[in-house]
Amino acid sequence: MTAASTPPPRRRRRTRVAFFVLFFVGLLVLWEALKFIGGDPVRVDGQVLWDPPLKIAMASDINMPHVWSIFGRLGEPTTGGSPETLAWYLTLQALYTWREAFIGFALGAFLGIGLATAFVHFGLIERALVPYVVASQTIPIVALAPLIVYLVGHNVSSVVIIATYLSFYPVTIAMLRGLRSPDPRALELMRSYAAGRWAVLWKVRFPASLPYLFTALKITATASIVGAIVGEGPGGIQAGLGRAILFFAQQYTVAPEKLWGAILFTALLGIIFYGVVRGAEVRILRSRPEAAAG
Amino acid sequence: MSEPPGTGPVVRLAGIGKSFDASGSPTEALRDINLEIGRGEFVSLIGPSGCGKSTLLRVIGDLTEPSGGTVEVNGKPAIRARLDRDYGMVFQSPTLFEWRKVADNVRLPLELFGYDRATQAERTREMLELVGLTEFADHHPYQLSGGMQQRVAIARALAFSPSLLLMDEPFGALDEMTRERMNSEVLGIWERTGITVVFVTHSIPEAVFLSSRVAIMSARPGRITRLVDIDLPRPRGLETRESPAYFAHITQVREALRAGGGLEPDLGSVERTAAEGSIG
Repeated sequence: MTAASTPPPRRRRRTRVAFFVLFFVGLLVLWEALKFIGGDPVRVDGQVLWDPPLKIAMASDINMPHVWSIFGRLGEPTTGGSPETLAWYLTLQALYTWREAFIGFALGAFLGIGLATAFVHFGLIERALVPYVVASQTIPIVALAPLIVYLVGHNVSSVVIIATYLSFYPVTIAMLRGLRSPDPRALELMRSYAAGRWAVLWKVRFPASLPYLFTALKITATASIVGAIVGEGPGGIQAGLGRAILFFAQQYTVAPEKLWGAILFTALLGIIFYGVVRGAEVRILRSRPEAAAG
Repeated sequence: MSEPPGTGPVVRLAGIGKSFDASGSPTEALRDINLEIGRGEFVSLIGPSGCGKSTLLRVIGDLTEPSGGTVEVNGKPAIRARLDRDYGMVFQSPTLFEWRKVADNVRLPLELFGYDRATQAERTREMLELVGLTEFADHHPYQLSGGMQQRVAIARALAFSPSLLLMDEPFGALDEMTRERMNSEVLGIWERTGITVVFVTHSIPEAVFLSSRVAIMSARPGRITRLVDIDLPRPRGLETRESPAYFAHITQVREALRAGGGLEPDLGSVERTAAEGSIG
């Protein structure tokens, strides 16, 4: 009924991608416009081609490298002697970080679902544990990360734990709400069937909580990546986007394009992971038009 | 689902009282309700807003406990009857699960009761046929109109052949035309299955058209002030709605309601939902 008035999904998706690209190009144009007004002189073969009228510190070539130098740099080798391009190197690091983030994302989801399920069924556990769950999110990760590394050791496990730590909270809170979302009549209906707790959980509470779960998973898709990146530093991991960012930050005054490239790939990773979760959401919530719209 | 032993009443209420302790001041919702409902009867509970008719239905269905008195269903305590799955429930809202297709909603109780897959499929098909929704089996609930959704809820309630069907204002949210059609359909189903029905409504024409007996309730505390036998000939249809006997019964029920202190109940539908919702 409502589907008839909206364009088919394929066209809608194409429109969305077109707008995304358009906006990205717009950002690049703005970036270059700022440099055109207040950046460093543009030189070609030593000749000054354009001398901007203003001097804006932020728009210097160190702070904001030219768009073409960032993209150009992606096509060149990471360092003088390396056989691979920077783009390929960053792709590999992004995949490495994504693997850590994904494990943290999945563990965080399981932990959050488990906690929320326990809270819904046992009020005592909820009253006892919720303050700790909230407190855990008040402690900044920069304080906690070294502690976790100290406890677990310099390995990937500590990174995964940090990613999990940043993921479980949104899932817990959203699932708590979702598991309690069924209409009281639905629960009475189950009561009239003499259905036990497990049946109510599987047949009513879990399915009803899915829209809430997906809202949380869209948050944790990006939060888990942040956790993995932040964890790679103290974790002493010699790969991943976090390592690349730390590494390139040290070289910033020499080669700022590399850090910008790493930031670009980090953003892309976040968008892609979010897109995967969103895709799963649309597919799974297809029968609930208003829930899938979120 | 189990056929009850003997031929005693399906529902026997003796001295039922119910009070709610809302915010310190107890409210007496039901007082001294006595009622017997025989096998195959269609009994409507009707009364003004907040008379506790929905509460009484919930007491019968063991969805809430009475403060006093005894409830027997098929000769057993209400809780035993509930655990034996003697009840089919239909609420005012269809309460369908949006993540399940129409057929899967009807199948839900069968799944819970551990019927084998073949029986599940067969019963589901039969029930959808009974309510005339065979071709909508694979639709999602949101694709159906309000009346159709309520038919799915009825099919689901009957899927496991309960001995007692409890309906709590099932057509209260539907427009008049749909409601009359649904009334005829429910009568058809009742005649074909021989199931016992307890039906809560605030519509006098609906109660008269459907019921074999109408229990008139008074406002707080809710009591049954009169039982009116509706001896209109069956099968009932359009001619029934136009017969003088039908109007005579409507007048009889209306006067009984007025005598019991009830105002015009048709006007109370909106407040009813709010008022009775708050006390359960």
